Amino acid sequence: MLKLHPNYGFNTLAVHSGSAPDPATGARTFPIYQTAAYVFDDADHAASLYNLQSPGFIYSRLSNPTVAALEEKLATLEGGRGGTATSSGHAAEIIALFPLMAPGMEVIVADKLYGGTINLMGKSFQKFGWKAIFVDTEDPESFQSAITDKTRAIFIENLANPGGIVTDLEEIVKIANGAGVPLIVDNTLATPFLSQPLEWGADIVVHSTTKYLSGQGNALGGIVIDSGNFPWLGNPKYPSLSSPSAEYNGLIFSETFGDLAYTMYNHAVSLRDLGCTQSPMNAWLTLNGVETLPLRMERHCSNGLAMAEFLEKHQNVEWVSHAGLKSSPYFKLGKKYFPNGTGSLFSFGVKGGYESGIKLLESVELFSHVANLGDTRSLILHPSSTTHRQLTKDQQIASGAGPEVVRLSVGIECVEDLIADIDQALNNLR
Amino acid sequence: MPDSFIVNHDNYTDNYIRDILRSVHSIAIVGASINWKRPSNFVMKYLIQKGYRVIPVNKNSVGDQIYGQNIYPDLSSVKETVDMVDIFRPSKEAPQLVENSILIGVKVFWMQLELRNDRAAKIAEDAGVKVVMNRCPKIEYARLFGELGWSGFNTGVISVKKRRT
Repeated sequence: MLKLHPNYGFNTLAVHSGSAPDPATGARTFPIYQTAAYVFDDADHAASLYNLQSPGFIYSRLSNPTVAALEEKLATLEGGRGGTATSSGHAAEIIALFPLMAPGMEVIVADKLYGGTINLMGKSFQKFGWKAIFVDTEDPESFQSAITDKTRAIFIENLANPGGIVTDLEEIVKIANGAGVPLIVDNTLATPFLSQPLEWGADIVVHSTTKYLSGQGNALGGIVIDSGNFPWLGNPKYPSLSSPSAEYNGLIFSETFGDLAYTMYNHAVSLRDLGCTQSPMNAWLTLNGVETLPLRMERHCSNGLAMAEFLEKHQNVEWVSHAGLKSSPYFKLGKKYFPNGTGSLFSFGVKGGYESGIKLLESVELFSHVANLGDTRSLILHPSSTTHRQLTKDQQIASGAGPEVVRLSVGIECVEDLIADIDQALNNLR
Repeated sequence: MPDSFIVNHDNYTDNYIRDILRSVHSIAIVGASINWKRPSNFVMKYLIQKGYRVIPVNKNSVGDQIYGQNIYPDLSSVKETVDMVDIFRPSKEAPQLVENSILIGVKVFWMQLELRNDRAAKIAEDAGVKVVMNRCPKIEYARLFGELGWSGFNTGVISVKKRRT
């Protein structure tokens, strides 16, 4: 694990970083600054803010104190330099790429992905002229052979959807470094409590904060965190950061802001123009959620592994894909990258295929049938009939979401209750 | 020089930077630009806003002013006490600028982002002058005194006290 602070460890930082007492009132819980705009001291102050000469607040589409507190907390926990919170995890993927991409440019994307990301990158990105090149998560060579002079980033999920898959991060880091492009890692399923991609040399981390970080399925959000390490200055591949910005009077972000450049650009340009800002209320809910992240993740991990071990022995289960199982092809990589557990999202194959999958999710009593994950509540999903149904059959199978696949997000309830519930539902299939 | 004074120029402690920013009052900026769009001009404006006395030095702009301050051609021409010199000049000029800074009795020699010259640092430290390299005083002030955190940056500052505004 990265050394995040000279004096304090992860759990202390999860509680305290970013959310010191409110300087105006001393409020101990960080306040919700529910405001659209902020008064300027005078015309010169306004000019300083608009020119990016001084840090400060103009309008909540660009930045907001409550949202900034969340950004600092998560940037701290990932060992990053700064963060840009967004309205959703999808928005985080767009914002992460916005400073890097341009029409005609390419992003190399690992194929074990949340189905929504496959749609976003495979289809909607084409409307921006961005081209996503899908490669095999499990084959680093496929990343290498996809590199061209138009490659501007590599994007992977760390622990990959729909669960149980571990990407060999170090190998992909080498390829990104060799190509001179940043590696963006979606760390949603692991959270920084289980894995910090920047430790392994990734450049940018994205999250859907809606999941384990907020933790209770009550606040949509995403975040982009920058390591501050990628050399943008003078780099012709990334003109947004290395050449003069006309709208900011010719300012060059990497020259003026050094290792803050990427995050400054994302607030001053990406959020300003695309507008997919996180709301203060959602940031506040997530800020509170992150304080208990270490406790929840420990329980999620132990419950998830116990459930996987139970399922593996069940007669109506064909296979279980959980990187914590000794039978998993990812067991060794899991121990390397996720020594404290591989989370609670995993999938298994139910005997009887599509029909059995549907019957199972209709027979459980404690598992909520929802298209979400990382909730205190246990969740169940049949990807081929929901999240991945807009994909072709080949795409479904390629992304690990075939007809027999059931995905669980194991919550923090009594694990014996969860196991008993799944057991009765599985026994009910025949 | 005792070991306790040896500074790690790859990794400054927050206390080291904070003590410098709290102890200095007047800062000469070498390479200060009259072009308000340049980083040196940003830094100068910000430090003035924070209450520092800022003295611009730029041999190409003598006779001009920046934010009402006369521009001096070089450090030896400055006719007032200078606590800190902050340079926006190439790293290779640093040793000479350190020598000039020592002559006028500065306490801190600061080099901006992307600048580093360990020989210059050694000359300065041997003369009892504190050195900061590859940092920006504007960013460090904002980081350590609360403003940068509210821009979504990792400040490293952990506190349960109500910050003075």
